[in-house]
Amino acid sequence: MSSRFSDDLYVGARTFVPVAISIAAYGVVWGVLARGAGLSLLEVILMSGLVFAGSAQFVALDLWTVTPSSLPIGPLIVAALIINLRYVLLTATLRPLFGPGQQLRGALTMFMVSDETWALTVGEMSKGSRGTVGFLVGAGIVAYGVWMATTVAGHVLGSVIDDPTKYGLDFAFTATFLALLLGMWKGKADLVPWLVGALVAIISAKLIPGSWYILIGGIVGSLAGAILDRVRHVD
Amino acid sequence: MWTSTEALIAILGMALVTFMVKAGGLLLANRLPSHGFAASWLKHIPGAVLASLVAPALVTGSAAEVIAAAATTLVYFVTRNLFAAMAAGVLVVYLARLVFAG
Repeated sequence: MSSRFSDDLYVGARTFVPVAISIAAYGVVWGVLARGAGLSLLEVILMSGLVFAGSAQFVALDLWTVTPSSLPIGPLIVAALIINLRYVLLTATLRPLFGPGQQLRGALTMFMVSDETWALTVGEMSKGSRGTVGFLVGAGIVAYGVWMATTVAGHVLGSVIDDPTKYGLDFAFTATFLALLLGMWKGKADLVPWLVGALVAIISAKLIPGSWYILIGGIVGSLAGAILDRVRHVD
Repeated sequence: MWTSTEALIAILGMALVTFMVKAGGLLLANRLPSHGFAASWLKHIPGAVLASLVAPALVTGSAAEVIAAAATTLVYFVTRNLFAAMAAGVLVVYLARLVFAG
């Protein structure tokens, strides 16, 4: 492990701390709901620690049953797969972080990726040299630690904890991603993919239940941007 | 109650498919050409995905959320600081909800 890596690790962790507030708010809410859905403390630790994907974990609570014999194992796994399909798009964009001989290392590192750590890292990648594997892992360690700690706290303390959404903390997610998006603006070439992505996502969200809108808006918007790039180069 | 075999299988299955999707995106991208249309497409994914994440929440949100989004945008452009922008958004949504509820 080079000293450059550990420097980047530290920068990533430090930069991620404010974003972690959004994860903490959702973590507490999920922990409280998980207790209500009948998950044991061990199950909370296992799910947060091994699945480590907030939106899939929220949907799992809708399907969870207290009686093990009636637990819908197949639907739980399929739901996790469908909800997390958007990660194909997210981790694809992290390709520049890894060299040709680092496929295995890259694949293993992807465990740490969440919406928030991905967004912060690609934001840094588009701005300059701070977006590195070390940065991603540093941010990921904070995200993982906060998610574990707050989901467990939510389960243990239950409704003793005040609902964080009461203090507007649910908006931390939207505000964070909005600010990250604004920071990614590089010029007019971004206008079309962003607008197309946003419009397609809005329409998809109205028509299709679940989180498909992220995947559909992301694919259509980015394709629109790539097509426009091609048209412009031809002219 | 600690856990059950069924719960353990479900959690391990969820973990496996989640990791496969996350690792799969990177491994698939490595097979794409590093220039031309594919590279251009990959370059536009982050903005398009973030726009897709944020837009429906703002359109379906209440007036409080829209005002808070405007505050987030304003503070971000003035300070260029992620934390300041997020904190402004949370504070404004909290206050706006109090105003609209009362």
